[in-house]
Amino acid sequence: MTVPGHSQSQFYSQLKRYYSFYTVGFVAFVILVAILEQMGVPNRILGYLFLLATIALYAGIGVMSRTADVAEYYVAGRRVPALFNGMATGADWMSAASFIGMAGSLYFGGYQGLAFVMGWTGGYVLVALLLAPYLRKFGQFTIPDFLGARYGGHFARSVGVAGAIIASFVYVVAQIYGVGIITSRFVGLQLEIGVFVGLAGILVCSFLGGMRAVTWTQVAQYIILILAYMIPVVMMSIKVTGVPIPQAVYGGVLEKIGEREEVLFVDAKEVEVRNIYLTHAAGFEEKIKALPASLDGERQRLTRKVSDLKSTNADAREISAAERALAQLPATPGAAKEAWTRARVGAEASARTPTPHAEAHPGKDEKASRVARNNFIALVVCLMVGTASLPHILMRYYTTSSVREARHSVFWSLFFIFLLYFTAPALAVLVKYEVYNNLVGTAISHLPAWIASWGKVGLVKVADINGDGILQLAELALNTDVIVLATPEIAGLPYVISGLVAAGGLAAALSTADGLLLTIANALSHDVYYKMIDPHASTQRRLVVSKSLLLVVAVIAAYVASLKPDNILFLVGLAFSLAAATFFPALVCGVFWSRANKWGAVLGMLAGLGITLYYAMITHPFFGGGMKAGWFDIQPISAGIFGIPVGFVVLIVVSLMTSAPEREVQDLVEHVRYPSLEDDFATRGT
Amino acid sequence: MHRSEKHREYWRKNLRITTILLLVWFLVTFVPIYWAKEFNAVSFFGWPLGFYMGAQGSLIVYVVVIWLYARIMDGLDRKYGVHEEE
Repeated sequence: MTVPGHSQSQFYSQLKRYYSFYTVGFVAFVILVAILEQMGVPNRILGYLFLLATIALYAGIGVMSRTADVAEYYVAGRRVPALFNGMATGADWMSAASFIGMAGSLYFGGYQGLAFVMGWTGGYVLVALLLAPYLRKFGQFTIPDFLGARYGGHFARSVGVAGAIIASFVYVVAQIYGVGIITSRFVGLQLEIGVFVGLAGILVCSFLGGMRAVTWTQVAQYIILILAYMIPVVMMSIKVTGVPIPQAVYGGVLEKIGEREEVLFVDAKEVEVRNIYLTHAAGFEEKIKALPASLDGERQRLTRKVSDLKSTNADAREISAAERALAQLPATPGAAKEAWTRARVGAEASARTPTPHAEAHPGKDEKASRVARNNFIALVVCLMVGTASLPHILMRYYTTSSVREARHSVFWSLFFIFLLYFTAPALAVLVKYEVYNNLVGTAISHLPAWIASWGKVGLVKVADINGDGILQLAELALNTDVIVLATPEIAGLPYVISGLVAAGGLAAALSTADGLLLTIANALSHDVYYKMIDPHASTQRRLVVSKSLLLVVAVIAAYVASLKPDNILFLVGLAFSLAAATFFPALVCGVFWSRANKWGAVLGMLAGLGITLYYAMITHPFFGGGMKAGWFDIQPISAGIFGIPVGFVVLIVVSLMTSAPEREVQDLVEHVRYPSLEDDFATRGT
Repeated sequence: MHRSEKHREYWRKNLRITTILLLVWFLVTFVPIYWAKEFNAVSFFGWPLGFYMGAQGSLIVYVVVIWLYARIMDGLDRKYGVHEEE
């Protein structure tokens, strides 16, 4: 697979042949599993087959790509063709959240969810125009490498290392957690065990072969994830519209949803259910106000209920339900306040009239709508600039064979990412159409099978609040993830497609985790150990250090993931803001403004990082803050909107106040600006 | 190291292309967002236009912008003799 060809073009055609065979082989595998399913093999076994076969495949590629060469280990030998680097970047980029969560966010958020679609694609324009070709010409191993060379010394490099580790670590924890969720849902492993299965899947490919193994595995993972995403959506589109190209025809479906919304949202039964939720919310509010007396009252009431039921010889199920309610009653007034507040917020959410799917910047009045718009813009900016600043993505452009290939590679990256991102809004609309038209209004006793099967794992909740025996929209609670996970069943496809979707989600999570883990381990082994602690270390020693650190970081990340951190999604969002505010000004000015100097960059990075962290702390409950302290009503996830400009201003002002960088630095800036010069000097890492 | 006038011209042209393409990026991103309500009043093959831009239209422009940049810079590299040997 990675045997060096005689030339780059031979290598390229060899790769194309390998991956064509591979794709055909994978499709044959799926067909084989489908046949097994028809023969009556149970779903659980099919789930294991998908899980084990794909992880074994990634391990195989990992073993074949093992290497003891530094350039191969860190940058895959710098000969990855643009097309394949594009696929690898696509897999690296699209995480468990993109694959499983995005369509769900779009289902619930409608237009508001598009901030993620735009932000996570538009950022590649910045990568292409401002960073990738120049970083490739510079051509070392890590992003802190560039900061160190451009801004003279260990200080800038250290800030870069810190930024890279903070941003990548929360992200990698989220991926490993995602692997745990997928394995626990599809093959019934415990989440904690699933997390460590995922860890093994990640380590087999990155441990032996570093970037080289990760690159070729990511290409394989991209092929699986895109097939797994497209097949159910195309089937769903055929079911709803009769046309197999969902992206081209869901406009008409969206129109029909709009008509349905006008009827559904004002339907008398819907209003009735929402009003019942409002009284529930008010009830919780009262109980919270009357704490601690209300908790004792509740305990007495439930105790009496249990004994009454027992004395009247009531149904055993009724008794056990009452006993469970008593056992689940919060133990302390503090816990009760927390639980009831959560219940109140949930009831209030169910009581709210939904927003029409396509409505832009919804809000109850002019001001609320303006706040929604400002937040949308701020989020798009942070996601785009963050995309162009995440070290695990930028690092991928070091692996191409030339500046020209790097430019083309960004095109392929975005193209492959675009395929999934312009499909997700179509999927959300198609599922919504099914729910609004075929599910809502059905008798509760005749709901389709997927409601029950996903209800068992708690992703779907149905409650006949008004007791009319018919499902109202407000009585249905769907988890975000269920939109993608249940699509095969909604479209009436066999279980093999569900297994394929699970394999796709797994590929998305593993590939992103691999790239991130490598970024963290490389920052520690290359930037801290080799560049700062022991510059005379032998090649062999450097690789040993790097691999040991990889193992340590991976185990720590898996451990944190197994603790099931609550706020992981918020932290991932924040990672974009942090990376954007820390890296973007220093990287862009490093190329485009030769006057930018060490102190400007260092203080700019610290100021950007500092303001972003500060804003997130004063506004997010995770850090004990609240939106009351916010500026211009901007949500904490978009904290970078303040950090990015502050970073730029500090960098520029401090640079101008201190002396211009030395001759060599100015030469370096000139050097990265031209793909090839006659008097080129070598900046390649060794 | 002194760069010839030809090199400076290459860099100036690169900056101009970069600026123009960034402007395109900026316009297709923020104009449809800022005026999304107004855009949504227009129907585009069934989609409200504001929604369409966020879900597909702007994305297509991003892909084209990056493709154009790669194509134009290939030509520019060769014209100014700063292209790489394959």
